[in-house]
Amino acid sequence: MPESLSFGIDPITAHAWNKDRTKLAISPNSPEVHIYHFQRGEWKLEEVLKEHDLKVTGIDWAPNTNRIVTCSADRNAYVWTQSEEKKWKPTLVLLRINRAATCVRWSPLENKFAVGSGARLISVCYFEKENDWWVSKHIKKPIRSTVTCLDWHPNDVLLAAGSTDFKVRVFSAYIKEIEERPVSTSWGSKMPLGLMMAEFSNSTNGAGGWVHSVNFSSSGDRIAWVGHDSSISVADASKGMAVCVIRTDFLPFLACLWVSENRLIAAGHGCCPMLFEVNETGKVHFAGKLDASLKKETSGVSAMKKFQSLDRQARTETNDTSLGTLHQNAITSVCLHTGNKANATKFSTAGVDGLLAIWDFNNLESAMRGLKFN
Amino acid sequence: MAKNTSSSAFRKIDVDQYNEDNYKEDDCGESQSPPVGPDEKEIINFINQGKNIEALKTVLRNAPISSRNQMVKDAALNVVMQVLLSMKSSQIEEAVNALDRDHLDILMKYIYRGFETPSEGSSGQLLAWHEKVHAVAGVGCIVRVLTDKKRV
Repeated sequence: MPESLSFGIDPITAHAWNKDRTKLAISPNSPEVHIYHFQRGEWKLEEVLKEHDLKVTGIDWAPNTNRIVTCSADRNAYVWTQSEEKKWKPTLVLLRINRAATCVRWSPLENKFAVGSGARLISVCYFEKENDWWVSKHIKKPIRSTVTCLDWHPNDVLLAAGSTDFKVRVFSAYIKEIEERPVSTSWGSKMPLGLMMAEFSNSTNGAGGWVHSVNFSSSGDRIAWVGHDSSISVADASKGMAVCVIRTDFLPFLACLWVSENRLIAAGHGCCPMLFEVNETGKVHFAGKLDASLKKETSGVSAMKKFQSLDRQARTETNDTSLGTLHQNAITSVCLHTGNKANATKFSTAGVDGLLAIWDFNNLESAMRGLKFN
Repeated sequence: MAKNTSSSAFRKIDVDQYNEDNYKEDDCGESQSPPVGPDEKEIINFINQGKNIEALKTVLRNAPISSRNQMVKDAALNVVMQVLLSMKSSQIEEAVNALDRDHLDILMKYIYRGFETPSEGSSGQLLAWHEKVHAVAGVGCIVRVLTDKKRV
């Protein structure tokens, strides 16, 4: 049974953990960001960050430098740093965009971050010491629609972006002012800022859909994405950009995350996190639903139930509208909780039902016989 | 604010038209499927010989999904409807099981297209098809009917 926390009835649009997982930042579908602190066995609201004017669309917490970056539909991003009195102080970042910001991600070394937006561009932001100011550089071409999701390659230079133009692109986000020359990877060797290293279409043979989430594997060679056509795709740069797509039987996924080099989880409108595996030949296949926790008793209507229902609702048939999953509405975000992408042991999901669940692979393994996670 | 909120006309203004590098539909994909659609005579032949499943496979293989010509698409729809409605209800399950995933997606598109223009008794038969395809390909197949920009 996964650990679950409820934050009211409002959807959770984004969530992020601090380094030791004792603090949690969530956006309750409003201009506010709530920081919760785990104390004496319960989650307490510690601070509310109010600076944005419109809905906060993305949060990311840099573990080592302990800075939070938030972006919002008000076209702004703030970097929050903790003062001596433990109060969070915002610093405005000039994104130079004319549409809402949609997503934000710190780079692995935490020296820069990227913001996707409806302005069909990615702002790569870094701190300029001389001016004491966060500045942004734009990656524009050839993005032709809203950028919905971002993920950094472990080398701190490459950036993957999914978009509503049905494409996933890998860009170089190399900032020559603050970085050493990057070494070559399987994605390419020359990496000036904004160079597109690869482009994949989520639309083959008449099918297609918006890309909702994109994720680099721990080695950085593989990239996975999910689209609104219920598909999940994996591309491998070390195998000549070979792409494997599976169009699943389920409702569309909204988030995906690698939990080892060959396994990834995807979750979305189906309210249930699912595990997918990639075999040696690069083929992706469905390995199982991870939410086996709540098996509903469907074995007919018991007499007890029948009279209860007659009493409460004045009818005999039970009218149970709850889903057989932990989440009662779409899962919108998935974060790593314990471990890393190469070997994750816990991950967290948050959704439209205002619920945040922490899933432990050790428990899942015993719950789902025949499934080995390592 | 309160004065003009009742008017929603501003929502219909296409602000993107003033943008010079506006998003345009893909031109590619035209070559991936035959633009002419299925050969009606061949299909009728299959049906007359009782090879309904063969007829279904052929018609889906030749579906003009990438075509922009509405006439071609309508003609193809007519042929598909003939095949779907000529199938005996007992045969539907066998036919659905004989198809691969891509073809099931296309078949589902045709089922929904068929619902748009019902004829005598067609909806009942299409619902039977819908049930069987859904049983095999799940809700994902219906999602793809809704999301795909390339219509049948």
